[in-house]
Amino acid sequence: MADKILKKLNIKVWRQKNASSKGKFETYTIENISTGSSFLEMMDILNNELIEKGIDPIAFDHDCREGICGTCSLYINGRPHGPDTEVTTCQLHMRKFKDGETITVEPWRAAAFPVIKDLIVDRTAFEKILQAGGFVSVNTGGVPDANTIPVAYEDAEESMDAAACIGCGACVAACKNSSAMLFVSAKVSHLAKLPQGQVEAKKRARNMVAKMDELGFGGCTNTGACEVECPKSISITNIARLNREYLVSRLSR
Amino acid sequence: MSKFLAASIGRKFLMSITGLFLVAFIAVHLTLNLLLIFDDSGELFNLGANFMATNPAIKIMEPLLGLGFLIHILWSFYLEFQNWKARPVKYDKKNMSGASSWASRNMLVLGALVMVFLIIHIINFFWVIKFDPHTMSTIVIGGEEMEDTYTLVADLFKGSVAYCFFYILGGLLLGFHLSHGFWSAFQTLGLNNKYWMKRWQAIGYAYAIIVAIGFAAIPLYFLVKF
Ligand code: HEM
Ligand code: SF4
Ligand code: FES
Repeated sequence: MADKILKKLNIKVWRQKNASSKGKFETYTIENISTGSSFLEMMDILNNELIEKGIDPIAFDHDCREGICGTCSLYINGRPHGPDTEVTTCQLHMRKFKDGETITVEPWRAAAFPVIKDLIVDRTAFEKILQAGGFVSVNTGGVPDANTIPVAYEDAEESMDAAACIGCGACVAACKNSSAMLFVSAKVSHLAKLPQGQVEAKKRARNMVAKMDELGFGGCTNTGACEVECPKSISITNIARLNREYLVSRLSR
Repeated sequence: MSKFLAASIGRKFLMSITGLFLVAFIAVHLTLNLLLIFDDSGELFNLGANFMATNPAIKIMEPLLGLGFLIHILWSFYLEFQNWKARPVKYDKKNMSGASSWASRNMLVLGALVMVFLIIHIINFFWVIKFDPHTMSTIVIGGEEMEDTYTLVADLFKGSVAYCFFYILGGLLLGFHLSHGFWSAFQTLGLNNKYWMKRWQAIGYAYAIIVAIGFAAIPLYFLVKF
């Protein structure tokens, strides 16, 4: 499919100087954007133009630009990572937009993800949840031989599916409750399914959920929006597993 | 324990346990109420109502049911308030319809409307039967004198088209609430996996449709027939 040129786009974007300032929407126009460019390339072009005009460029998160690091965010036209499915914003292309369209770009909105500047939010909260239980203890020493710990195929598959989570936070952004349950459930599941994860299994779900609550994320009401908007299609069956692990550990005490 | 019930999953645990308790009640309630439209003499329904009114097990269940409703409703507001606090700055443009069902996003609205229905429903029947029984006529079935609950219900529907529509609406609202609530309860309890996801959802939809159509059919029957 040959690339076309989008003659004119209006980009309505959230501008906020720093964490403590109020912030507001600004609308910029941008012309002649190829449908083959990625959304972030479009943002780069816009930023160049802003710099030439002496306007502070729009701050947004990005790193790998190949859909694997989870750094890029952006709530585009009412959806995290924009109108495409199973992609991060860096993998979203301008062919998903129409000429003359107004594209609304907002930061992730959650009490636990405060805005630092413009479209950049602080996602340290995810780090803190991981520190609360998203780890395994191992003995130091030589590398163990391969296949000394047998893992059933099904378990390995489920564990790897959950481990695909890149910690982007789209699940929180998509959820009407700003719940981090999909992220936490992915992190609990990929360890719960492996023998290596059993040592801390009893406490892991409890500690991570307690941390999640403490940081101000909302609770899950099973709308399923997270699974649909997750770029890695993490399944909400992981949330059922997290609920199970959590309830068993709480009620068996 | 109080810490558990205030934690996010604990809150949901209470919602799902009370929700499933209410689901069980609704199944019994609907089954009995359907006797209203299968016997125009009212005998079957009156026998059923009399059995429920005099059964000691039901006497025990009644306050439990009230408690179940109370906890479910109070906790639903508490839970939604906590979730609402988790997003202090709202989005300017939202497009959530593709990713989640309308019912799942509006459980509190649906629940609150069911609650309004419930209050009026209680005033209509439960209150009269419980506290004003002398205003009801009595009937003798099989040598036993009992309150004529059938006439109480039938007269309301025969006498008011508005009430018929109100009760039809009540059934539909509850159906919508359950279209999400049923499978959600099992998910919350952790009784779900990739095989059961589709099954719970299918059973939930079937249950929701039966509840909605079942309850709506009763006023509809009186509306059409009388
Ligand atoms: C009367 C007022 C009611 C209110 C205010 C109310 C409100 C709510 C709310 C806010 C939720 C949580 C949303 C969610 O988890 O997705 C919920 C869940 C639920 N409700 Fe209700 N509800 C009411 C009545 C009922 C009734 C009559 C039934 C059953 C016949 C019922 C069954 C359920 C079930 C099964 C759940 C799912 C629990 C879960 O998700 O874990 N509710 N309700
Ligand atoms: S579960 Fe999906 S949406 Fe949530 S952080 Fe992980 S990859 Fe992102
Ligand atoms: S920049 Fe790494 S996933 Fe988008």
